[in-house]
Amino acid sequence: MSSPFAYEAVKTEADALRVQGGSPSTMYLAGGTTLIDLWKLGALQPLKVVDINAIPLARIEVSASGAATLGAMARMSDAAAHEELAERFPVVTESLLLAASPQIRNMASLGGNLLQRPRSWTYRNPDPTLPEAPGRTDAIFGLSAKTQAPHPSDFAVALTALDASIRLRRGAGERLVRVSDFFRIPGDDPLRLTTMLPGELITAIELPPMLWARGSTYVKIRDRTSYQFALVSVAAVLRLEDGVVKDARIAAGGVGTKPWRLPLVEAALADQPADEAAFAAAAALCREGAKTHAFNAAKPELLERTIVRACLVAASRGA
Amino acid sequence: MSSPENPPPEGSSRRTFLTQLTTLGAGVVAAPALLAKPAPRTVVAERVLPVGYVPPGALDVTLRLNGASRTFKLEPRTTLLDALRESAGLCGTKKGCDHGQCGACTVHLDGKRVLSCLTLAIAAQGREITTIEGLAKGDQLHPMQQAFIECDGFQCGFCTPGQIMSATACVKEGHAKNDEEIREWMSGNLCRCGAYPGILDAVKLGAKTKSA
Repeated sequence: MSSPFAYEAVKTEADALRVQGGSPSTMYLAGGTTLIDLWKLGALQPLKVVDINAIPLARIEVSASGAATLGAMARMSDAAAHEELAERFPVVTESLLLAASPQIRNMASLGGNLLQRPRSWTYRNPDPTLPEAPGRTDAIFGLSAKTQAPHPSDFAVALTALDASIRLRRGAGERLVRVSDFFRIPGDDPLRLTTMLPGELITAIELPPMLWARGSTYVKIRDRTSYQFALVSVAAVLRLEDGVVKDARIAAGGVGTKPWRLPLVEAALADQPADEAAFAAAAALCREGAKTHAFNAAKPELLERTIVRACLVAASRGA
Repeated sequence: MSSPENPPPEGSSRRTFLTQLTTLGAGVVAAPALLAKPAPRTVVAERVLPVGYVPPGALDVTLRLNGASRTFKLEPRTTLLDALRESAGLCGTKKGCDHGQCGACTVHLDGKRVLSCLTLAIAAQGREITTIEGLAKGDQLHPMQQAFIECDGFQCGFCTPGQIMSATACVKEGHAKNDEEIREWMSGNLCRCGAYPGILDAVKLGAKTKSA
């Protein structure tokens, strides 16, 4: 059996922050799908676990302006079943439904989803410095000598395309961090996947008022049809006027050590017709900066084609 | 088989028979260790803890199991899966991967399917826990259990309790409308024998015959 730990359940944010107190060995327990898994492997060794499931942070609210607030303790399945959210932000709903399994989605919280670790050896054993052999799932962007593992969250890719923000609480203070600044390229410090500070707690995810996000989708390519991490995935959001793309947001999963935004592709889509030829021409720019090896050499082309497919779906919804 | 005409012997069941066999086995394995030489299988014997062993740091944990409240002495690190199998004697819930990848340990928590291997028992207090043992009404199997038998929805049977717990939830959620939907919403339960065609048929039949 893995290492013993103490347990305390709290009912309020203030109690959670006080009990956790910034200690690296005191860990929050939400859905448990990451913590318990990694603790059994010895990759996480909490001395104390703070159960935050009783904190009322599970509300999902969509405002008239089109903005939405997703409580950090909402379960993936609850968010995925929210009808108004699905209508306004299909990219978010699809990213949730295409992830994990029904059981895991019933357990995993939205906040915890953002803090899951890549499913590679580096992150799943007690010694993160052990060398890792190149593999076919390796990322092609944001690489370092220490890690090539792609970030695993589908939801985070959708949030990256939407320019969502993460609400963080620490002590009496609170801050709002853009998703692009929340995740970091792990570089020389593989275990630091985010810019969260010790003692911080995710309380909510804020989606901006984007009425045109109805024209969005999440396309995920996997080795098996379901219950698998992405080889490549694409979140696409398009705003069209008279068959012309006026605004585009493209982010990709399975390719970066953090959720990867593709600004070159976005710029190339703008003011072009919303058709397959224009999508293909813009998607070709996704290869810029990609680094591959013998085992994952197919990823740039897979990414390019997935972008085209996602744009076609998003355009059909946004028209 | 047990039937009203032919009841099983008092105090005996397949489960208690297996438990007795295991205890006997541990003794047999331990014996060669006493005869000197490195005995390759003594490690098995070392893992046998005395009946009723309470580890230091154990707390009173009260669980609602299939409608009844029961209290156990458990460490905070004890998973719901281990509590069910080792403390509550509810061995129908299976330990497959123990890492949330196979679905064999699926139970219902407040009516929703979850993985008991990634749930701490202490954190499941106050919630309504339903295991495979809680589905049948006395001698009458749940329609989904019956459907798995009729459709041959298994080969070795190890994943079956998890499949059935997932299947009943799948139907209740309204995710069993067609083959494609059932495949997608049952994808969290792996069957290494590959009995998927039978499982699919069973879920369809179970969905049709589900009783109130």
